[in-house]
Order: sequence, then structure tokens, then C-alpha cells
Amino acid sequence: MLVIPCPHCGPRCEIEFSYGGQAHIARPQDPAAADDATWADYVFMRDNTKGVFLERWVHSHGCRQWFNVARHTVTYEILASYETGAAPPNLDLESQA
Amino acid sequence: MIEKYLRQSPLAHMGLGARSGDDTAKAEVRLAERPFFGFVNLRGPGADPAFLGAFKAASGYALPTEAGTSGGGGNTTALWLGPKEWAILDTRGDPDAGPRMADELRTALADFRVAVTDVSESRACIRISGPKARATLQKGCPLDLHPQAFRPGHCAHTRLAKATALIHLNGNDSAPEEAIFDVYTVRSFGEYVWLWLEDAGREYGVTARLS
Repeated sequence: MLVIPCPHCGPRCEIEFSYGGQAHIARPQDPAAADDATWADYVFMRDNTKGVFLERWVHSHGCRQWFNVARHTVTYEILASYETGAAPPNLDLESQA
Repeated sequence: MIEKYLRQSPLAHMGLGARSGDDTAKAEVRLAERPFFGFVNLRGPGADPAFLGAFKAASGYALPTEAGTSGGGGNTTALWLGPKEWAILDTRGDPDAGPRMADELRTALADFRVAVTDVSESRACIRISGPKARATLQKGCPLDLHPQAFRPGHCAHTRLAKATALIHLNGNDSAPEEAIFDVYTVRSFGEYVWLWLEDAGREYGVTARLS
């Protein structure tokens, strides 16, 4: 069971949250001009990181806010959580992998 | 608004009065439905001092901006649900409290981008009190309900058994054994949560009261 630090509510139990996949996926700047390959990459392609992964969570049974979490996919250690729209924290990703 | 002659509380069909024959003196968990209350969901710009000021001017108390806290004054209480969301409660048992509060808030906050929604009819409220109220709730709630962590006036939107619930702790610091929790759930979960609480509290002795 993970204890996830919600940026608004503080540390809460994993069962209060829902998972939202990889964070910081940018929508194509000019949607009309984007070709199929660009759309496919945006919609479907995700990293399968072994190490620190930046991912989205929503506190669905609490404050109902989306936010981002930096989680190590091997140890499940949660290194940081930060609000949606904020830049990811400066983590030494190489040494964590 | 529902016509008054049709209106029933969410747990009216359970005949709670007929369940109150347990040994009341020995029971360490007391359950009661709080049948009619006003519950208005308010969403607004929580970081805007002008919005917070307008609410205070209209209601006479400040909206809580710290996570998991509540504030109140006069006839209503405000519970923090999120950085931009609050529950405004009137628990005096007035069936018309919800629409009236919603109208008042819409008028007072007309200058701001807010959503004021009367959800009184969609919620059930169960009051659980007694010396083992905390222990009973803790069986199905991942939150730390220890008296030092969850204090009077605190509230939390969390999980209780398999339902989502808003838990609010009334009472005061001087008598922690008198902890009085109000558990708000979606109306359709009311029966489930009541039966779950009754079962969870069985080892301590449960008594049911009408309100």
C-alpha cells in the first residue's frame, strides 16, 4: 500500500487515489497540421521507464484534484509530488535508475 | 424542490426506531441518522482574497483555507473539501435550508466565478458517537483518526468501507471520549454505510437512535 503525498491534503492512503498515466504529455501545438504519426505518438505512445517516472494521479476520494508524482518504478518510492502545471522537481534521475 | 409530503429521509425505510431496543446503557457506539439538513456545494477561486472576503461579509465567518479544517458561525458550517471547493452545512433540521442557503450564496457571490449547488437531497448523514466511535470508523477508513491527528473541527473526504464519505468531527477538545462524528455519504450509499457501521460496532455494542 502506497502513501501518496497529495499536494493539497497531505499524505493519504493509495486507495483514495486513481492513476492517470504518464505526466507531461504535450498536445500537438498545431492540431490541424499534425499528421497521423504525430497523433499516434501523442495519444498512444508512453514511456516504460525503469527508474523514476513522472506520472499523474487524481485524489478521487479526497479533494478531487489532479497532480503529478515522481515515483520509482522498481522500489515504488515516491520522491516528490507537485501540482499540475508546475515544472517537475529537479531530481537526479540517472543515479536513481 | 421535492414536495414536502413526499419527502423522506434517506434511511426512513429502514425503521431505525425499531432497532433502538439494544441495551442502551452498555452500548459504546451510538448511531443516528440526521434526517434533514442543508448541504450546499460551493466552488470558487480559493486563492482570491476578494472572494474570501465576500463570503465572510455574507456569512460572518471565514471560509477554511487549510486542508481538512472547518469553520462556522451563526447557523452554518463550512467544510474544506479541496483548494477550490467547500461544503456549506446547516444541520438544524430545517428541510428548506438547502435552497435558501444556495440562494443567499448566489446573491452574495454574484460577482465571482463560482458554482453554488444545493445537494442536500443527494446526501445521507449518519451521526456516530460514543467511546468506541473512533475505533468503529477506523475499521473501514484509511485515515488516521487518532485523537491527536484528527481533532474536533477537522473534516476529511475519504473512504469508509467501500463507499466515499465526508467525515466531520464535532465536539470539543476537553472530552475526547465524547467524539461525535458526522458521516456524509451519497444518499444511495446511506443504507450500506449504516449497515456496515452497525456490523463494525457490534463488538462494542451498538444502539440506534432516531436522530
